[in-house]
Amino acid sequence: MACIESLKYEILIKNASFSECRDYIRKNCREYVTVDPGFPLFEKPVIGVPPVLIGLDGDTVTFPYTKPCYGTFLLRTENPDEASRLRSLRKK
Amino acid sequence: MVHGRGGVVPIAGQKKEKEAVLVLGCPQVPVQSAIALYLMHGLRRLGVTPVVAGNPAARMLIDVSDPLHHYAGEMVDLDTCIADMAAGRRVFDYCIVFAHNDAGVSYAATVQSISGKKVILVIYGENFKEIADSVDFPCEKIAAKAVHNPAPLKKKIDEVLPWLVSNL
Repeated sequence: MACIESLKYEILIKNASFSECRDYIRKNCREYVTVDPGFPLFEKPVIGVPPVLIGLDGDTVTFPYTKPCYGTFLLRTENPDEASRLRSLRKK
Repeated sequence: MVHGRGGVVPIAGQKKEKEAVLVLGCPQVPVQSAIALYLMHGLRRLGVTPVVAGNPAARMLIDVSDPLHHYAGEMVDLDTCIADMAAGRRVFDYCIVFAHNDAGVSYAATVQSISGKKVILVIYGENFKEIADSVDFPCEKIAAKAVHNPAPLKKKIDEVLPWLVSNL
């Protein structure tokens, strides 16, 4: 949790389902990448029901984040390094 | 019948000891720890070593209930376990995930995806039917309305555990 807690993030949706997260990202993010559950994002494996979408707008990353006791949140944070790493996945 | 060490009933043809990971959810529903320990007892009797993955509170409940680890085996942090499985550093013969909310189903989908195995999903709590209906990936479900009373879930486990251990 330490990695996520150390980020300056905004909560877009609380108690979200994965289809809500996917819909939000498809409608509101300029670009997105699809990753498998377990993909490392901010050094933590992504938890989720596939396909897991991660949205990109410039340096901003929009992603689902699941905690066992609190459910799934859709978060948005600015992180140029992670945005660039994610964008590079699309080019492979 | 000849029993092995510690009352273990080995499965015919089984050579090396197998490992099962029990992925615990949020411990807010009382039956989780009791059912997890009962399941670990059943697994050990079938010659399978249980490994417990959970958040600190879920692990502490198991640790306090089973201080000498008669039932529980290794205890691992949930995020570390998922990361190790995703990276291929850790492989389990059986993956058992506990779910009483959407988050539990998300963890089960993740474990199914990273392990490539059919997971055993233990579903309980007030909303067990809705949770069970929301699962749309391959898994074996053990579901019952169990919140404070573990008996309905225990009965289901007794019915299916030997079959699951032999067939998954």
